[in-house]
Amino acid sequence: MLAFKLAFRNLLGAGLRTWLNVTVLSIAFVVIVFYSGMLDGWNRQALTDTKNWEVGFGQLWHPNYDPFDPFCLQDAHAPITGKTKALAELGQITPILITQATIYPQGRMQNIFLKGIDPNQKIIQLPTSELNNKTDEVPAIIGKRMAEEAKIKQGDRLLVRWRDKNGTFDTREVKIVSVFNCNVQSVDNKQIWIPLKTLQQITGLENEATLFIAGSAFKNQTLTPWQFKELKYLLREIDEIIQTKKVGAGVIYGLLLSIALLAIFDTQVLSVFRRQKEIGTYIALGMTRAQVVAIFTIEGSAHSLLAILLGTLWGSPLLWHLQNSGIPMPKSVDSMGVSISENIFPVYSMGLILSTVLLVIISATIVSYFPTRKITKLRPTDALKGKIQ
Amino acid sequence: MDDSVIIKIERLAKRFPVGTGEFTALHNISLTFQKGEFTGLVGPSGSGKTTLLNIIGTLDYPSEGEVEVVGRSVKGLTHKQAAYLRNYNIGFIFQTYNLLQVYTVFENIEFALLLQNHTAAQRKKAVMEALDWVGLTDKFNSKPSQLSGGECQRVAIARAMVKRPLLVLADEPSANLDAKNSHNIVQMMKRLNKELNTTFIFATHDEKVMHYLDRIITLRDGAVDEDRLILTRENQLLC
Repeated sequence: MLAFKLAFRNLLGAGLRTWLNVTVLSIAFVVIVFYSGMLDGWNRQALTDTKNWEVGFGQLWHPNYDPFDPFCLQDAHAPITGKTKALAELGQITPILITQATIYPQGRMQNIFLKGIDPNQKIIQLPTSELNNKTDEVPAIIGKRMAEEAKIKQGDRLLVRWRDKNGTFDTREVKIVSVFNCNVQSVDNKQIWIPLKTLQQITGLENEATLFIAGSAFKNQTLTPWQFKELKYLLREIDEIIQTKKVGAGVIYGLLLSIALLAIFDTQVLSVFRRQKEIGTYIALGMTRAQVVAIFTIEGSAHSLLAILLGTLWGSPLLWHLQNSGIPMPKSVDSMGVSISENIFPVYSMGLILSTVLLVIISATIVSYFPTRKITKLRPTDALKGKIQ
Repeated sequence: MDDSVIIKIERLAKRFPVGTGEFTALHNISLTFQKGEFTGLVGPSGSGKTTLLNIIGTLDYPSEGEVEVVGRSVKGLTHKQAAYLRNYNIGFIFQTYNLLQVYTVFENIEFALLLQNHTAAQRKKAVMEALDWVGLTDKFNSKPSQLSGGECQRVAIARAMVKRPLLVLADEPSANLDAKNSHNIVQMMKRLNKELNTTFIFATHDEKVMHYLDRIITLRDGAVDEDRLILTRENQLLC
């Protein structure tokens, strides 16, 4: 307690030097909390969006289905029968049929995926009810990315060509009844959603599906030939991308913290060097060397406590504002391959704040301690004279 | 050791390494100090006054010989034991005052008591009493930078005395002071020596201080050249 009292008195007595170090460290503290919060917010938003818009609570895949191999699609479908049919009727799963197709926007050929989905499904947030619109053409919905890329807008008609189950080419005109705005590009890029029945009919794959999306009520069970893919498996790529981003962010934290800690280390080295007379006086007055080392270490470490206080003072309103208003993301980040919204809302969890506080305190204590070890080797008589040793 | 003896030194030698050889700062010193003495170690620069004071104050260790301070042999003390001995029994007064600049006068004096774990009320009472001894009650909230040299040395005296040590070691306490302040400081210490029966040992070559001493030990080239009692009325009675 005495060491804390003395350390804080000395620290505050040092004036501007203390506040400069504290300011730099508080900036590092707030930036670490902000950046981690942003990554966590992004992670949470990406996971939630992907779950809500694409993968639901898991998927049942045809054994031949591979999302990274478009050529598998002609063999990756099976009839919806028995249990799967019953579950689909109960709304616990919804079937999706996928086939390759080609569109010709403004005369240019573009390969896409044509996806069939039940317009009445409630499992994912795609606005599939729009597919119930009565039109002469096949009603279709597309995402904003697809619309921008192909320069298509709501109400446009589009020629679509596909192969049926026998490999015969066929074409139909589809009408874009809705352009949806979604952060998950894997339900948007290069794909057109049409009613499941229509796709089954035009491809000759009556009552067939490539995969099923499971809802919250679905309980994992054997549904041959379908293979259940858990949410964790389906979201693993997002996790991996976020983990990679965290490693990159770790380097930034390390650099920021190093700058702040270097300032503390420098101050500590200077303190031991310049305050030898004071150290000698402490020893002469009856302090043990360990007590003096403790004072100097706590003094250095107390920078971190003041930095956290200062960081909380100026950082809280800023972080609170960013948490509520979000951070606008440029459109180019769409090409990163991960779901990202127009605004990222950072999430500052208690765990994040506590771990950052601990990181700052522990690292400040370590860099404060190392220079002060020199005190144990100081001869009090030389220290009292302020002799450089 | 006789109860009235506070320091006993026998055949003390102190050597410092210098380059590949050694420099002998003190040799063959044998002295005894009684409780309540007001003694000066005098001699030219380099005669070993400060080195002897440092060894008595357990800030340094003898190379040879025995030194007992308040019944404890200095030679075998660990750092912790030496710190304890200084904390409870020895007060220091330095030429350059060595006050802690970021603390107020009150806090500087209180520091010695903080190390002894006194309660806040006990500390306040003792500090105010010490301030009264040195006549600085009105300056309790000042920082050392706001005080004159004489006032700083009075604060240092109060800091040394507040814990009521058996022994006060003063290294050239008047060297940075003018004549008037030097007299005041030494008179103050003399008064405390009488009132509290605290032993004072000075390292000095200030003639003004010597007038007040009861005993003068002259050191020359690391050895005792002369050890004489000054014939004050009290000393005459003692003799």
